[in-house]
Amino acid sequence: MLRFIKYTFLISILTLGGCSEKPLNSPYGSNDKSSKVFYSSFQERPKHLDPARSYSSNEYAFIAQIYEPLYQYHYLKKPYELIPLTAREMPELHYFDKDFKNTKDKNKAVYTKYILKIKKGILYQNHPAFFKINEDYIYHEISEIDLENINTLKDFKDDETRELTSDDYIYQIKRLADYKNHSPISGVMQDYILGFGEYKNKLQNLQFSNSKEKINFVRSYNIKGVRKIDKYTFSIILKKQYPQFIYWLAMPFFSPMPWEADLFYSQQGLQKKNITLNWFPVGTGPFKLTENNPNLRMILEYNKNFRGEIYPSLEDKIINKKLVSFNNSKEVPFLDKAIYSLEKEQIPRWNKFLQGYYDNSGIASDNYDQAVSLNNSGDISLNKELEDKGIHLTTATSASTYYIGFNMLDTVIGGHSERSRFLRQAISIAIDYDEYISIFTNGRGIVAQSPLPPGIFGYQDGKNNFNKTIFELQSGKIIKKNIDQAKKLLTKAGYDNGIDSQTGKPLILYFEATGAGADTYAFLNWLRKQFKKINIQLVTRVTDYNRFQEKMISGTGQIFQWGWNADYPDPENFLFLLYSKNGKVKYGGENASNYESQEFDELFLKMKNMRNSSQRGKIIKNILEIIQKDSPWIWGFHPKSFSLSHKWVENVESNLMANNTLKYKRINDEIRYKSINLWNKANFTLLYILFFIISIFIFSVILMIRKKDKEKVYD
Amino acid sequence: MIKYILKRLIYAIPILIGVNLLTFTLFFVVNSPEEVARLHLGNKRVTQEQIISWNEERGYNNPLFYNTNEKGLNAFKETIFYEKSFKLFLFEFGLSDSGRDIKYDIKQRMWPSLAIALPSLLVGLFINITFALFFVYFRSTKVDYIGVIFCVALMSISSLFYIIGGQYLISKLMHLVPISGYAHGYEAIKFLVLPVIISVLYGIGSGTRWYRSLFLEEIEKDYVKTAKSKGLSESAVLFNHVFKNALIPILTGIVVILPLLFLGSLIVESFFGIPGLGSYTIDAIQSQDFAIVRAMVFLGTILYISGLILTDISYTLVDPRVRLK
Repeated sequence: MLRFIKYTFLISILTLGGCSEKPLNSPYGSNDKSSKVFYSSFQERPKHLDPARSYSSNEYAFIAQIYEPLYQYHYLKKPYELIPLTAREMPELHYFDKDFKNTKDKNKAVYTKYILKIKKGILYQNHPAFFKINEDYIYHEISEIDLENINTLKDFKDDETRELTSDDYIYQIKRLADYKNHSPISGVMQDYILGFGEYKNKLQNLQFSNSKEKINFVRSYNIKGVRKIDKYTFSIILKKQYPQFIYWLAMPFFSPMPWEADLFYSQQGLQKKNITLNWFPVGTGPFKLTENNPNLRMILEYNKNFRGEIYPSLEDKIINKKLVSFNNSKEVPFLDKAIYSLEKEQIPRWNKFLQGYYDNSGIASDNYDQAVSLNNSGDISLNKELEDKGIHLTTATSASTYYIGFNMLDTVIGGHSERSRFLRQAISIAIDYDEYISIFTNGRGIVAQSPLPPGIFGYQDGKNNFNKTIFELQSGKIIKKNIDQAKKLLTKAGYDNGIDSQTGKPLILYFEATGAGADTYAFLNWLRKQFKKINIQLVTRVTDYNRFQEKMISGTGQIFQWGWNADYPDPENFLFLLYSKNGKVKYGGENASNYESQEFDELFLKMKNMRNSSQRGKIIKNILEIIQKDSPWIWGFHPKSFSLSHKWVENVESNLMANNTLKYKRINDEIRYKSINLWNKANFTLLYILFFIISIFIFSVILMIRKKDKEKVYD
Repeated sequence: MIKYILKRLIYAIPILIGVNLLTFTLFFVVNSPEEVARLHLGNKRVTQEQIISWNEERGYNNPLFYNTNEKGLNAFKETIFYEKSFKLFLFEFGLSDSGRDIKYDIKQRMWPSLAIALPSLLVGLFINITFALFFVYFRSTKVDYIGVIFCVALMSISSLFYIIGGQYLISKLMHLVPISGYAHGYEAIKFLVLPVIISVLYGIGSGTRWYRSLFLEEIEKDYVKTAKSKGLSESAVLFNHVFKNALIPILTGIVVILPLLFLGSLIVESFFGIPGLGSYTIDAIQSQDFAIVRAMVFLGTILYISGLILTDISYTLVDPRVRLK
């Protein structure tokens, strides 16, 4: 009987599962048979896959594997180092003075010209947009009838490729200026690229009768500062010195875009079927997106036209602007396919990782205790269950910072008076971010000394260099100033024991918060207690994200929490958050605390255009001293990222700046196959018990009914 | 009957307008388009210029109800209300705020929702009616009391408990079906087994009690006493008389929810990674994609109204005494 149940269940599930050899609980279909497959998940549907627009890590996870900007971050080297990707070499820089005459004196230089050379013979993935017969693009004007049978890109019968040229990079730069593409960096580029703003305005004021007309105009227009030199070379002229510009050239924004694709996707009929550039990328990278169902899964497959690339080595060097590789034996990518499944809920995501169906995973706070623990020496180690499975833990501190900001325009907490500065300093001392990290992030973070996180030039490690406003040296140790010192500062500010000496009333401050989850309320309670340490009453005002934004823009909020994720690993990308010309209220910029300091501004502008050197280091130190003293932020913390990967995943490195890392990953499928089968053997015992209980129940019911029926008849 | 249906359809129009106005007020008056734009454009480096062009592209720069810059009918047509709300009546859902065609997405996603909802309804119906008949058969006995307690206990447990417990027991411990996910075609079945079992289990408590009360109401009627006095056995009376007569409210109760099956379940789809309309709505709410939310609210209203009309029609089919005028 038990055998009958087992085989009935097995037969039915195997029939449904396509008779695969996979365990019964395998979430993958019978088609996913390739061995070099990387399985992972994504939590949130990517909103945009257009490189002109995409600006978040969950989108970069896909497009960085498809689109190739000119440069990339070396996978293994720290501090982060840029190396050529599609570029033949690092850029050639020429400087010009205000009269546009060549100069070698950087102090006189106003304009900087980047000469960018790309490799020859790079091919795009095959795509219907490139398909032509007798020089005519077949799919650029698809009729309504032809569209009837087309629901996805795979439905196009023909496709073709073409070589990457400098025109494609130039075309993409023009796309960044197009207001219809809503590129988040169009404002920044307008400040730097010569003629960019002019072109942007012109485009905005023109009316086109159709997409073809528009694209022809875009192709023919010459932006003053962006010029084609030859098929594989082009130049960009910056109207200001901006050494950090090269980092932008390594971001997906500066990926090449073939005009054919833009024209192809601009057809109304395709847009109605959700076949748009925003959802179906066209790139030269190692992978192409073959299935885009962001409601279910996204599949990247090896791009057969990919030119090949050598796996990096720590020995790699840039000699005469060119990358000299020391690892000639390994060619990337190592994978044929990567399947990313949409997994919104944390419980199934974690369990599938433990079952081996996802190759990697983060650690959510709910699973933290199950995954890692602190050993006797205070180091973080994996728990036994995970260690037994051969799971690896990789940790890295993110190039991000989370802080509590004071609105410097506020009459109580803001401004440059001593009174308000002492008040901000007192609060900064009172708030214990060590405790915050331990309670709310499971210890995954380090207390910030300044806006600069580890790995960024000028970072203060809290050991040799530290924030002297908040910390002090005591018997050779750097420790936080005690609460009495905070109270003294508060007294100096005129709020002795939290009472305003001018009004005689208790000091009440307001904290603007978003979110309504349990975590938010726990955090707000904790924050109130921190303020209570120095007898300040904190009123928390929880609101929705829209209202919060409104308060920040109008400058009516008093204290708030904010964060910043680095675009590139340079101190400028963090310190600009405090530059006065970026003030949120006055200029709509990223300086949310609306901090203004002439001294800071002067040093920032000086530091901004410098390369990393001891002189730049000194200026950064001075800048940090100024802002630490002024305390427009409570410096908060830099989060640590913990990621787990199974033993069969090779070449896992923590490089939080590089997004195109899928090509380096390698899978040992034999180990994976054995482990998954071992961990997921079907257990029928409970099924037998259940069947037994149901059988007894049905049998008893029948008996009871019979008995009752007889009773009735003979009554 | 046709006259009645037409009358009901005409009655439905003010309801739809009311719902439409309500959602319009919520999404455009409470939240300004500028705020929505800011949310969609992200946190970093958003300029006022981008917000304006984002709104322009979606027609959110127009006035809400009346455009003073236009003349004649265009003064009403070139407004946010006409473009975003009135066009829903023509089933033109337009593009979502992230740029996808909503009608296309709805067509794609209604089938997975139905794939869970329909078997859950049918299996659930069979089990609930069986349990209800069983408890009615043993009414006012210990079996009945225990059954009621059992049902109340089942009803009192949160649906999340069933989902997480089911995933833990069947997928994690027994390794019999995937924890979550979905596939198209017949491979979808292995992903549907667990959500269907859980949906059925979750509905047993309330379903059984509901049907039990319907049967109990029926069993008190005179014709049952007549049947019993004729010497029919309890089971014969229950199955041949009570069950058939109680089918009228059961069937009409089912018909009303039939159209809504397409809309899916918000929680179940989200937890099991089923790409249906339930998770579509949840995602849209979370990402404040109000174009989708508006379309789904409108669609929900239409389906609900059609469910009610279908119920009325089904009355006439199962009960010859009912006439629609």
